[in-house]
Amino acid sequence: MKFWLSTAVIFGAVVAAAFAFRNEFVFYAGYTVLLYVVLATAWNILGGYAGYVNFGTPAFFGLGAYTGAVLYKAFALPLGLQILAAFVMSGLLGLFAGMLTLRLRGIFFAIATIALVVIMETLFINWRYAGGATGLQLLRPAPMWPFQSYIPMLFVVMALLVVVAVATARYIERSWIGRGLRALRDSEEAAECSGVPTLKLKLFACAVSGGLMGAAGAPMPMYLSFIEPASTFNLNYAVGALAGAMIGGTSHWIGPVIGAVILSSVQQYVSVTISNEINVLVVGILLVFFVVAAPDGIIGFFRKWLSSK
Amino acid sequence: MALLEIKNLSKSFGGFAALSGVSVDIAQGERFGLIGPNGSGKTTLINCVSGTLQNESGSIVFDGAEISREPAYQRTRRGIARSFQVPRPFASMTVLENLLVPLEYVGRGKMDEAQGILEQMGLSAKAGTLSNSLTQVELRKLELARAMAARPRLLVSDEAMAGLSPAEVDEVLPILFRLNEAGITIIMIEHIMHAVMRFSQRVVCLDAGQIICEGTPAAIVKDAGVQRAYLGA
Repeated sequence: MKFWLSTAVIFGAVVAAAFAFRNEFVFYAGYTVLLYVVLATAWNILGGYAGYVNFGTPAFFGLGAYTGAVLYKAFALPLGLQILAAFVMSGLLGLFAGMLTLRLRGIFFAIATIALVVIMETLFINWRYAGGATGLQLLRPAPMWPFQSYIPMLFVVMALLVVVAVATARYIERSWIGRGLRALRDSEEAAECSGVPTLKLKLFACAVSGGLMGAAGAPMPMYLSFIEPASTFNLNYAVGALAGAMIGGTSHWIGPVIGAVILSSVQQYVSVTISNEINVLVVGILLVFFVVAAPDGIIGFFRKWLSSK
Repeated sequence: MALLEIKNLSKSFGGFAALSGVSVDIAQGERFGLIGPNGSGKTTLINCVSGTLQNESGSIVFDGAEISREPAYQRTRRGIARSFQVPRPFASMTVLENLLVPLEYVGRGKMDEAQGILEQMGLSAKAGTLSNSLTQVELRKLELARAMAARPRLLVSDEAMAGLSPAEVDEVLPILFRLNEAGITIIMIEHIMHAVMRFSQRVVCLDAGQIICEGTPAAIVKDAGVQRAYLGA
């Protein structure tokens, strides 16, 4: 109850902001921050709860983005349906990729997920209808009522996706599914021998995680009015999602939210005030700092601090 | 009818035959000892039974059902639970939460039974402790407690007493006796001879993946083949 109340208050504030601010840049930057909250939260379902480090974020995100773009080009589908379709497509990708790769563990799984990104990018480079390597220009439709312009609307849409992603992650974490995922992260054999269907749970986590990443990707072509493979399947998404979760802490749903907000706010600030190149460096520095100083992230740090008092 | 029937079981890793043609029946309610020198295939055998490994040929029948192609979690749900030789606690969870996993996923017990199992194992004082801060003997007890939380009909105890002091062995052994009295069939794998000899009604000795001797504890100790396997010619 407290969760839903505070969620409603925060979401209300975000919507109010979307109407209060006149400066479009606030929404450009805010959109990216919210996008990374969704990506980090989604990443954490497989990477944090189950302990399967996934570098395939761009593959799921990109498939979602292209699903949105292609459906818009072909049928001028409304944004809501694009997002829904992207969730389904990327969820299925998670399921199938999971069937092929989730028997691998540790570093081998991580490598396989990188391969997935390369495969998806190659696929879309060679698909002429979706624009091939040069990409696809898209004309935004008129914004939905009551929005005056498109970017604040996308900002609110992304805020809605944050709510969906966080609520999903929180539900999984607290349910029997979360307990099973934690068990298999600690020891896969012991989990199996305690009756946990590890493969099924991992497939579920991979599908939900991938689906949410895809949903977060769907509005991207509209946000940029453009889509092309190189930037859509960029590994920066993988690093950003992973770093957000690691910095915030992977053991609690709030961790990726805090981590992603801090990380991408700093990145946005740095890329405006200093330069775009430096903002990649920021991820690296923050990640190294947290791995050394607070390996369990901000959440872990505060837990330790509270229990030592 | 036997609770567990193992027929002609074989398993090899590459060119190395870890088990070749092992057949043994274990009766309902039996206390069964499995001994053999290091590398003789004891753990491989029970890995095949519990499902963490798949046997290449032969069959495993539990309570009348062929289970050798089933994943491990289904075998646990059928009633086969095990402890691990090297303790594998769910390290991020408390001792109590460790037990909630099998209680929830096997679903034969109720969640509030966890505390009772911990009491039975002498672990109730540690219920809220993170399992990665337990001592060796506590970890071994946790292995058994977690296996018990699956409410098994067959419990496989894989060296539950290895590395424990004689006093600690005397702590764990009565627990296993009590479980057996409650109707649970127990397979004990153990290197501590006096423990396995005191506990078992029947003992099988494995050497190089084959059964070389089967009988009462008294007969096993006198067997020439067993002495050769352990002590050399």
